Parts: sequence; structure tokens; C-alpha cells
Amino acid sequence: MMNNKKILLSGNEAIARGAIQAGCGFYAGYPITPQNELIGYMSNHLRDSGGVFIQAESELAAINMVYGAAASGARAMTSSSSPGISLMQEGISYIAGSALPAVIVNIMRGGPGLGNIAPAQSDYFQATRGGGHGDYRLIVLAPDSVQEAYDLTREAFYLSDKYRVPAMILGDGVLGQMMEPVELSVKKAKMGDKSGWCLSGCQGRQPHVVKSFFLREGELEKFNLKLQKVYRRIEEKEARCEEMFLAGAEIILVAYGTMARIAKSVIMRLRNEGKKIGLIRPVSLWPFPREAFRAAGRNTEYLVLEMSYGQMLEDVRLAVAGRRKIEFLGRSGGGILSEGEIIDKIRSLIRKPGGRK
Amino acid sequence: MTERIIIAGSGGQGVMLLGKVLVQAAMLGGKQITWFPAYGPEVRGGTSHCMVVVSDQEIGSPYIGQADTLIILNRPSLEKFKSRLKAGGLLILNSSLAGFKGAKGLKILQFPFTDIAMNLGNIKVANMVALGCFVAAKKIIDPDNVLEVFKSMAPAGNLKILEINRQALKEGENLNHG
Amino acid sequence: MHKVFSVPDPLRKTPTHYCPGCGHGIAHRLVAEVIQDLGIRGKTIAVAPVGCAVVAYDYWKFDCSEAPHGRALAVATAIKRMQPEKIVFTYQGDGDLAAIGTNETIHAANRGENLSVVFINNAIYGMTGGQLAPTTLLGQKTSTSAAGRDKKLHGYPLKISEMLALLPGVCYLERVSLHNPGEVLKAKSAIRRAFQNQLEGLGFSLVEVLSPCPTYWGLSPREALDWIRDVMQKEFPLGRIK
Repeated sequence: MMNNKKILLSGNEAIARGAIQAGCGFYAGYPITPQNELIGYMSNHLRDSGGVFIQAESELAAINMVYGAAASGARAMTSSSSPGISLMQEGISYIAGSALPAVIVNIMRGGPGLGNIAPAQSDYFQATRGGGHGDYRLIVLAPDSVQEAYDLTREAFYLSDKYRVPAMILGDGVLGQMMEPVELSVKKAKMGDKSGWCLSGCQGRQPHVVKSFFLREGELEKFNLKLQKVYRRIEEKEARCEEMFLAGAEIILVAYGTMARIAKSVIMRLRNEGKKIGLIRPVSLWPFPREAFRAAGRNTEYLVLEMSYGQMLEDVRLAVAGRRKIEFLGRSGGGILSEGEIIDKIRSLIRKPGGRK
Repeated sequence: MTERIIIAGSGGQGVMLLGKVLVQAAMLGGKQITWFPAYGPEVRGGTSHCMVVVSDQEIGSPYIGQADTLIILNRPSLEKFKSRLKAGGLLILNSSLAGFKGAKGLKILQFPFTDIAMNLGNIKVANMVALGCFVAAKKIIDPDNVLEVFKSMAPAGNLKILEINRQALKEGENLNHG
Repeated sequence: MHKVFSVPDPLRKTPTHYCPGCGHGIAHRLVAEVIQDLGIRGKTIAVAPVGCAVVAYDYWKFDCSEAPHGRALAVATAIKRMQPEKIVFTYQGDGDLAAIGTNETIHAANRGENLSVVFINNAIYGMTGGQLAPTTLLGQKTSTSAAGRDKKLHGYPLKISEMLALLPGVCYLERVSLHNPGEVLKAKSAIRRAFQNQLEGLGFSLVEVLSPCPTYWGLSPREALDWIRDVMQKEFPLGRIK
């Protein structure tokens, strides 16, 4: 019926549809707000495309079912929100330690503890530092629109398979619940060949073992070095971000996901007044797009905006390495920075003694 | 043009659907849109709301602090959201269930949407009467596009549902918008 | 000359790390013999536990997956659902299956997953140094119940097999023992039955194996077998449960 090809979807539904389009063959999850539409969509539609859906007895079971499905060679996914993702950390560490591909979706809500169900970005550390034990990384992608949620979910499956590193889609309650127009892809997913390592019965070949346990002396270190090599390659090749108006910018806003949308509105308003404001929006949170921070002019200042009390801020500090001033503005626990609050902060930076006119 | 609308009522009055129809009609008209629901634990009763943004440009936050328009279907929702209407904003109010006086600097359209819907034979279409009122008052959405959305949403062949929604929309459009 | 005894093909010809008198070696072999008898090595996928048998895949010659402690049945559920034509089983100890993984055990059983489970009950934690298990007997001394299991402090020995018998998704439950050759043969036929059930698509089958742990029972291998016969099987009676 639409005069363009777009349909109206919530972020949660878009992620589910993106996953199915990407050839997701297995989903297990446990209900938690604000991502229930995702498990709901999977329960109703995954079977139609020949996939397997299980409502697990807990997030622990869900992530370990994902382990089993990934070990079987399937594209496997689970989704949850902050407290549930905390429960999954053990399983995520095992998935990383067994070099299995999998996609984990975290539609973040307020914490710590049971927190609340309002949107938040306070799981950045958990996602990018490896919330479980051991030296591992997740590829972390942070969409800022429903369309991008759809597109990056497909990308997450692709990257996870390519590197055999688990990938996370990191969104928040706004992104999960919000509806926007989405153009769906008709491209068929390309599936890689996993027959060299997956568990399918050893008929006609040597047995395969999927494991993260390396007890013999030196064995685990060797495996870890191999992982580190993969991580360096991902850092070199897969960092991505959106940049706006960086040339000549006096203040560069740094924000991801929902926060970046609000930052974009602020930039449009202030540029109409002639203010030189730019934006760096990390799309991959790990690998963090460090290169984007090298081009800034001598007098440029960064303003990091988050729905947390300063987590991505640390990555910005590492990327800037003391060469420029960095300011921070954040709210969390249910608060979302308004355009007005951000504009007030920017004006105070411009006005302050020694600041720009 | 960017129009920020908060639509609120009691659970069951169809405020989410009102918002979804509105944004889909706006999409047909080539507008950018976002629709953002309240997702609290209330399922029936209480207050339920969604936030809708319609714009010619890329939309930033789907969350609305100060609204250009409130569409309010019951009294608790009026109490909850009246302070969120910006100066000079439009209040579309269901006078069957709530009244409002002392409108300084606000434009108010109060009509008995629930009674109108009951007269049409289905109390559930009060939301579409309110939508008709909005469509005629703001003129950012083409009523023909709303009808297109109705057609796409009605269960196949259920002409009765289609017809009563069409009537409800028309009744809303015909209310006096002064 | 007629060969009367050999290593079954699904078992690797390699010494195990298990203590002298441990039951795991026997149980591994029984599983391997059953897989050989049924001719299913090429389509079998095992899920190993965390515990003494964590490296069971070093001794078996078929596809194996690791699972985090207690999660074997969640991992196995997904493997079987993705590949219903394969034969999937878990091999778990009492800590794995009946303490940290009780939830996964009950729910996989209740879903009636078409899986086979070999449950090794030795009433103690071996790998971590002889601590109290959910199946430790009342009065039994362990490194975390030095005065013996006290029902007021530790509750009672958990009878998970009897609990599972209540669930409609479970098709077969039997408790067997490794304390003498006759019982070992019965144990093998029970394991065979559990695999046969899966081949026939009958649902969830579990064989609980009372298995000696002389090291942490503080007994000689011979005394450990006698202890199963004289003490342990009074608390955990042998035979068909369901």
C-alpha cells in the first residue's frame, strides 16, 4: 500500500526481521522488558523460515542453547535487556572462548540491579570490556535508527561468522520500542562453510570438539594469542562511525545510539545560528573508531554525551590521548538528555573564559 | 515543519493505534516519522500514551519533552500531560470524559469523541474521531492517506470495520475547528 | 583365536587421568560400547560436563561439545533441535546435573527433549577436592561437612531421578551401579535403553549411575565398591524408576 517500499517497524521487530533475513536458524530467549517484541516476533516467525525457536527457562539456559546451536553450525541469536545480559555473561565468555559465532542483542534499561525499564546506555563497559571473565572481546554495534537496527543485525551475523567472534547489538529502550519506516532487504544471506569445525557427527572424518578448556601447559596462552591476532585484525578493518561537519568544527559532539539522534537535532539547530558544531557517532563501539579523533583542529573541544555517567567517555579519552579537551554530559537511570540541556552546556563552553566566541 | 504530538488515554481506548495510524498516513504523505510508546507494566486501565513526531526533516529524539499538540482521551491523562503542552500549543480533548478551563495561550478543541463514537454504534472508534479532529485542525496529513491506512489494516474483507472507522474519521473532520 | 575383549572403536586407546578405582573409566567404556553396538558413532554428539569428566572428549572418538558448569542440557537441547537426526547425549556428575544445573535438568526433562543423559552420582565433588554434593549421604564426611552431612545444616540427599519421574516429558529413568560385574552389565543395558529410546524418538531418558570415588570417600577401591553395595544403595535404591 505504501508509495515507497518502507514499512513501519519497531526497533525490536526490525532486529528480529534482520536476523531472519540474515539466515538466523536458531533463537532462544527469556522475556524481559523492553525487548519483548523481539522474542515475540521470533516465536511467531522463525519457524516459517525453517529455524528453531525456544523460550528458555532462564537467560542462562538461553545463552547456552545459543552455544549449542552455534556449535551445530547454525546462525544463532539471543536477546535480552541489561539484567538478563548480566546473567548471560558466563555463556558469552564460553562462546568467545570456544571461537563460536553468535549474535547477542542487549536492549539496555536502567541499572544497576533491577533498575527500571527506562532506556539507558549504562552497559557500555559490560559490552565493550567483555562483561564475562577472560581476555575476550565482542564486536559491538550500536544502531541509532530502526533502519540501522535492521541493517546492523544482518551485519552482526556476517562479522561474527567471518571472525568467529560473538557480536552484540547494543540498543536501548527507545530504539527497541520506537517505530520508524524501514526498507527491508531482499538480498539472500550468504552462509559460510562451517563444516571444518562444527559438530555434525564424525561420519567420514576425524571427530570435532568444541571447547574453551586448554589444560596442557602453554596451550591456553597459544589460543589466547590467536584470539588477540583476530581482535587486532578486527580493530584494523571493522571500526566504523558516522561523521558530521568535522572540518572546522570548534566543538565535536560524541554520542552513539539514541543519544546521537538528539545530538544531531542539536547540531542542526546550532548550525543554523552559525555555530561550528560537528559530530562523531561511533557505530562500532568495539572496535572503537579511534581514527576519527585524529583529524580535529588545534582548538577543537569534544563534548561526550551519554545516557550513562561516562562510560564511552573513557574510550574517547583513550582515542584523544590528552591532545584535546574533553567535556562530558550524561544522564541515566531513566533520564534522557534533552536538546535544551545539551544546548545550555554547549553555550556554557563557548562562553566560558578562554573559550571561543 | 516538525510536529510533536503526545496521545494519551486509558488503556483500551486505542491511543497506540491512533498514533500508528497517524504516522503511517504521514509516511504515505512523504513525511519522516517516529512513534514511541509508553512501555510500563500497565496493560489495562491506568493511563497509556504514545509520542509521535512528524517532520519534513530527519527526526532526532522520538521522546517528547514539550509537545506541539496533545490528544487526550480521558481525565487522568489530561492531569498527567497538560503541563507538557508548549505555549501556543493545541489541546484536542475528549469532552465526554474530561473538561478543561483556563486555557491561557493554548488552542483547545473539546468535543465528545466517546459520545460521537457511541452514536456511530461502536465506542471503540472514539480514537478515530479524535484523529479526524487532528487531521482537520493541523492539515499536515491528507485524510485520503488515513483511509489508505485503514484499508491496509482492516482484516481482509471486513468492510464493516473499515466503514465505521471511515465514518468516525469524517465525523472528527467535520467538527468545528474555529 | 576368538577375541573376547578389546577396546571399543568409539573409545581412544589412551590412559585416563582418573584416580585408581574411579567409576568414570567404566562408565566411559559402557557408553562407547553402546555406541559401537548401535552403530551410531558417526552421528553421535556428546556434551561433556564440568567436573572430573570435563575432558571426556579426550577419551571418546566422536563429536563432543563442552558446556559451562551445569548447562550441558541447555547446550544439548539446541544441538538436538538443530540436528534431530543426530544422537545427542550428556554425561554429567552430581554437581553439574543436580546442583548448579538443576534448573536446566528439570526444564529439558519437562520439555521432553529427545535426549539421553548419563548421570554419574558419586555423592561427592571430586574435581574440586571432595566437597559436599547434593547427593552426599546424611552423616557422610566431606571437606565442607567435616562432621558429616547434617540435615539441619545441609538438608537431605537430593533424589533428582525420583523428582524427574513426576514429569510427563520423561520416558525412562533407571538407577544402576558399578559395584560389581553383574551391576556393570545391567548399567550397560540401561544406557543402551536410553540411547535406543532416543533413536525411537521417545523423549527424555536418564540413567543414574552410582559410581565409586575411593579418593574422596577415604576408602580403598575395593572398600568403595562395598560402600555402594552396603550403604549408598540404601539411600539410592537401584532399579527402574520410570
